Amino acid sequence: MIANYGYKNGSGEYFITIDTDKCNGCSKCVDVCPYGVMAVGEDENDPLSDQEVAFVTEGERKKIKYTCAPCKPNKDAIPPCINACEMKAITHSW
Amino acid sequence: MVEKLELWRWTESRWTNPDLDWKGKVITSGVDVGSVSSQSVVLADGELYAYSNMRTGSDSPDSAMKAINWAMEDTGLKLEDIVYTVGTGYGRVNVPFSQRAITEIACHARGGNFMYGPSVRTILDMGGQDCKAIRCDERGKVKNFLMNDKCAAGTGRGMEVFADLLGVSINDVGDLSLQVDKEPPPVSSTCVVYAKTEATGLLREGWPKNKVLAAYCSAMAHRIMTLLERIGVEEDFAITGGIAKNKGVVKRLEKEVGIKIMETSKYDPQIAGALGAALFAKALYDKGKRK
Repeated sequence: MIANYGYKNGSGEYFITIDTDKCNGCSKCVDVCPYGVMAVGEDENDPLSDQEVAFVTEGERKKIKYTCAPCKPNKDAIPPCINACEMKAITHSW
Repeated sequence: MVEKLELWRWTESRWTNPDLDWKGKVITSGVDVGSVSSQSVVLADGELYAYSNMRTGSDSPDSAMKAINWAMEDTGLKLEDIVYTVGTGYGRVNVPFSQRAITEIACHARGGNFMYGPSVRTILDMGGQDCKAIRCDERGKVKNFLMNDKCAAGTGRGMEVFADLLGVSINDVGDLSLQVDKEPPPVSSTCVVYAKTEATGLLREGWPKNKVLAAYCSAMAHRIMTLLERIGVEEDFAITGGIAKNKGVVKRLEKEVGIKIMETSKYDPQIAGALGAALFAKALYDKGKRK
């Protein structure tokens, strides 16, 4: 499943996309995220599956533009969550 | 003083399947407590038995109780007869009699699949305060989703405000907005506050009500389109939620997307979330029994 967490507003599109088919639930993104944006747990959008996957915590979904900003000082910067993901399951839209 | 009409008040609904007897069957239910409306669906052996759709009050647990009680009205069913209940929606953790809470994304995909058939690949839920675009497979499993709930611009709540401002019953907004000779340019923002200001200005310029409504419906359709672009639209395409009943938005969105939007089923399109929750309740009950 392609899970898009985030929002779109007048200034742009801010989405963290997680491909749950690639995610192996290793939690490395959770360990490297300094702001508690990432978490791993049961897939809340696929309740019949027992597999654990990464997701963006509910409290952060509406403010990732600001929370993630320190990890993205310029356009080419790769944030630690994307770097840590060996499965290449995480992408940012901005 | 003349009593002010509550034009935003959309019609609540309730339905019982006349061909089904629930006695001796496995009863499961789903309750969707949304920001604007609450629905409950009762299934007997996985078949749709009854549903209700009403406004959410200021108290989520109370709204959930009211919704389920209305669905069970005159059926002889009691809360104890329900073996498994799943809560969903904005207030899903506030359904006191539920065994589990499941996100509305999963529930709308499942419910949309049941209502519109297995050919549905894209479901757009236009809710009271948010908008969800979901791509799913033939079993109603989510493949790709996007939810915009940061603000209520261009959602059901905005439409309620507009109906009230223009003095038009919310049930007539869609039809009225289509009665224009030439499509006006959309209002520049779907933000309810900005759009209201802009609409007031347009009215002062002498625009008739239907033209202002057309401009708002068109802005709303455009906003939804930009959200849909991120996940892509695949046929068949269905809309759930209250806006599915607003032809003014549906027809304009159809034109923007270039794909025909499925006709609403005989059931109220607002029950999709609760229906999905009730189907999950059945699946989870069966799963528990096998263990």
